[in-house]
Amino acid sequence: MLEPLVCELSQPDRQGVGYPPSDVPLSELPAGLTRDALPLPELSEVDVVRHFTRLSQLNYSVDTGFYPLGSCTMKYNPKINEEVARLPGFTAIHPLQPIETVQGSLALMYHLQEALKEIGGFAGMTLQPAAGAHGEMTGVLIMRAYQKDRGETQRNKILIPDSAHGTNPASSAMAGLKVVQLPSDERGNVDLDALRAECDDTLVGLMLTNPNTLGLFEEHVLEIAEIVHAAGGLLYGDGANLNALLGIARPGDLGIDVMHFNLHKTFSTPHGGGGPGSGPVGVAEHLVDFLPAPVVDIVEPAEEDIPPLYGFVTPKKSIGRVKAFHGHFSMMVRAYTYILMHGAEGLRRVAEDAVLNANYLMARLKDTYPVPYGRICKHEFVAEGKVEGAPGVRALDIAKRLLDYGFHPPTNYFPLIVHEALMIEPTETESLQTLDAFAEALLQIAEEAREDPDLLHEAPRTTPVGRLDEVKAARELVLKCEVPA
Amino acid sequence: MYSPHTPQEREKMLRVIGVERVEDLFADVPAGQRFPALELPPAATEMEAAEELGHIAEANESVRDLVCFLGAGAYHHYIPAVVDSILRRGEFYTAYTPYQPEVSQGTLQAIYEYQSLMCALTGMEVSNASHYDGATAAAEAVNMAYAQFRGKRTKMVLSPALHPHYRQTVHTYTRGTGLLVTGDDGRPEEGPEALIPLIVENTALVMVQYPDFFGRIYDYTALAEAAHEAGALFAVSVNPLALGMLTPPGEFGADIVTGEGQPLGIPLAFGGPYLGIFTTRKKYVRKMAGRLVGETVDGQGRRGYVLTLTAREQHIRRERATSNICTNQGLMALAATVYLSALGAQGLRQVAELNYHKAHYAAERIASLEGFSLWQPETPFFNEFAVKCPRPVAEVNEHLLEHGVLGGYDLGQDYPTLEGYMLIAVTEMNSREDIDLLVNILAESTQEGSHARTFSL
Repeated sequence: MLEPLVCELSQPDRQGVGYPPSDVPLSELPAGLTRDALPLPELSEVDVVRHFTRLSQLNYSVDTGFYPLGSCTMKYNPKINEEVARLPGFTAIHPLQPIETVQGSLALMYHLQEALKEIGGFAGMTLQPAAGAHGEMTGVLIMRAYQKDRGETQRNKILIPDSAHGTNPASSAMAGLKVVQLPSDERGNVDLDALRAECDDTLVGLMLTNPNTLGLFEEHVLEIAEIVHAAGGLLYGDGANLNALLGIARPGDLGIDVMHFNLHKTFSTPHGGGGPGSGPVGVAEHLVDFLPAPVVDIVEPAEEDIPPLYGFVTPKKSIGRVKAFHGHFSMMVRAYTYILMHGAEGLRRVAEDAVLNANYLMARLKDTYPVPYGRICKHEFVAEGKVEGAPGVRALDIAKRLLDYGFHPPTNYFPLIVHEALMIEPTETESLQTLDAFAEALLQIAEEAREDPDLLHEAPRTTPVGRLDEVKAARELVLKCEVPA
Repeated sequence: MYSPHTPQEREKMLRVIGVERVEDLFADVPAGQRFPALELPPAATEMEAAEELGHIAEANESVRDLVCFLGAGAYHHYIPAVVDSILRRGEFYTAYTPYQPEVSQGTLQAIYEYQSLMCALTGMEVSNASHYDGATAAAEAVNMAYAQFRGKRTKMVLSPALHPHYRQTVHTYTRGTGLLVTGDDGRPEEGPEALIPLIVENTALVMVQYPDFFGRIYDYTALAEAAHEAGALFAVSVNPLALGMLTPPGEFGADIVTGEGQPLGIPLAFGGPYLGIFTTRKKYVRKMAGRLVGETVDGQGRRGYVLTLTAREQHIRRERATSNICTNQGLMALAATVYLSALGAQGLRQVAELNYHKAHYAAERIASLEGFSLWQPETPFFNEFAVKCPRPVAEVNEHLLEHGVLGGYDLGQDYPTLEGYMLIAVTEMNSREDIDLLVNILAESTQEGSHARTFSL
């Protein structure tokens, strides 16, 4: 056992945090509506601190090492973001306060909307979606509403390339749309003939990830936009890979009508062990009226010495609300700070260095690990996790062996169109020395694969636990602990 | 600016790649759209950014400056120092979703503990690793009920006393899918029994809130039975802090419990990030959306935790997945876990009861004021209650704000029959002096010459 469970640490009648006695007269508790047992664990504060500190030490994280997880953009999370997001003026405000009392927050949201519009080339923006997939769903609902508003109610088909994130088809299905998958061509682009064949009057639109999940820029993006638009469809952009395009190209200029941003990837807000994220959605002029409500806007323009009054407005044909309140505000504070500290040149440098780092790693590794689509990549690339002369070794083994070298492995077995995929995204915040050490480790592992493959099969050996029995977990479904009665 | 490269290093890397300039890496981007000039403010240093963000934050009036009686789904509670102390650990907040369990046992065990505590609190058998918030968790309950009956039951009965934002979110999620949402436009004056006649043979789900949007506490046993008799699922959206004293929904027939976890150690933060709670019965686990952590062992028999039943999820099943969700609110779930561990059974009961007593003291005093009356004085409530005001709520609130008090929620915004009613929330953060201040200003607001307009001049 690495660390006991909180239930196991519980001792009857222990209490970490207490409260003062009531300073008002006590009222009778509601008869028949109160509970007897409250089986929560009982710990002292020092128990709690040690328990969760020890748990934290079982984690790998960006703060402790290189995390080249493809498609996740595990860049450094600046510490200043954490400080400013915790200012009492940001944390201790209620979402339903009168707008006059929250002009700071509203101004921040307004200026973040403006900055994201400028970066993405969009006319409108909502900050409400809670994460990337939530933004996708919001975008698809906007597309559907637009087609319906035009009277094109027969349109129910969405096209998704086989190189797309798995969330794209799932988000479309949630919006009740029919998903048709498009193949990729030999250069990793969308197959244009297949696209043309599907472009009929049932088309809602196409969801394009650019750069795609192979890390490749879609070379026919302008042509794709033209074909989709000519058929009355809309072009959705999956912004998960925007880190490669900051200041390089604006998706809106490339013909994208609607796109979600991932503040937790591109704009440095931390991933939090799986969230919270934040997934703002930008739209072109013709979709502005469909944005979720409410959107932040200037409700009274500035006058000479008086700043403008910011408030909430409801777009005319809004799809409605996609969550309670206004979105993940604390994440917006972090992203705003990040943009503020970079400016236009700094953001372009982010994309340049992200792409430089990915291409450098690819150049160092491609002779050992085959890269099926070997052209210049963007922020990430996908190699095959197999080694010549080591037939029994799989991508999974290589990934697990990397753990013994102290590195977080790349994303493996995604995208599905590459056999034994290892998807590597270094991000711009990693140094040449880190990249070299990682490349050396992978080259060394290839040697080991040929000479002593068991080193890989039995990896990892140096981690807190070894490979875990996932079949047992799924079969037995032990999903909670209980405090002993 | 967090790039470590020196100009010499960049040169070296370009040589290894085999291109001359960084620009050459972008030759595949259409020339006409390449390298746009972005109009953004010039880059600030950390020192400048910290100063500017400080100014922006100061432009807000926080609930530290004001005495807060505003709730309506987000509550001002005390957050013990230990919570943020743990959340600030880089090993937790800079990690990703635990895809590599060997180096993610911290996150995985914490989620497993979160699942355990949510089950204990709600009286249910399984919990997922969380959703975005109370609203999206409610929408996922609707999706799950629809999937449970394979689309054959299409009617969802929602209580009008379910948070307006949650109902709006459910409508956004279900529009155009053939689902019919009913009941939510009903009269909020009526109790849960008014929903029973709406339950028909193709009802998939009946959903209520507990305590409801108005703070009311009902025994939902009869409603749950009516739902089950018709073969439908019964879902309850909870305030988890109230479950420190109230009967857990698992004891009165809930099949799904959702809720907003914000009261459990998560700051108001202008609305987010919060925490969407989702628990259910074990027999429905395969229809539940979201991440799930299970216990297992490694090759040496050591106990460990992994993401399990992932075959339900979008990265494997794509358009056939139970949901498109691919994150949870990891760090917020951790906050709730630390909060509950630090308070324990006694602490949570204590804080829940403090909320109850203070709200009842406030209600009693306000009800004694001339011109004010409680909406439904006979109905039990938790820490929130509706009050009829002698003047428009907006005016009363304006008057309160002049005196540094953040008044309650104007119910007329969402419920036409409750024009002139204010929803007042009282928590452990409100001292008796705060409550007396509120009562005194309310009393004053009814008097001649105290019209808010005159104060604002």
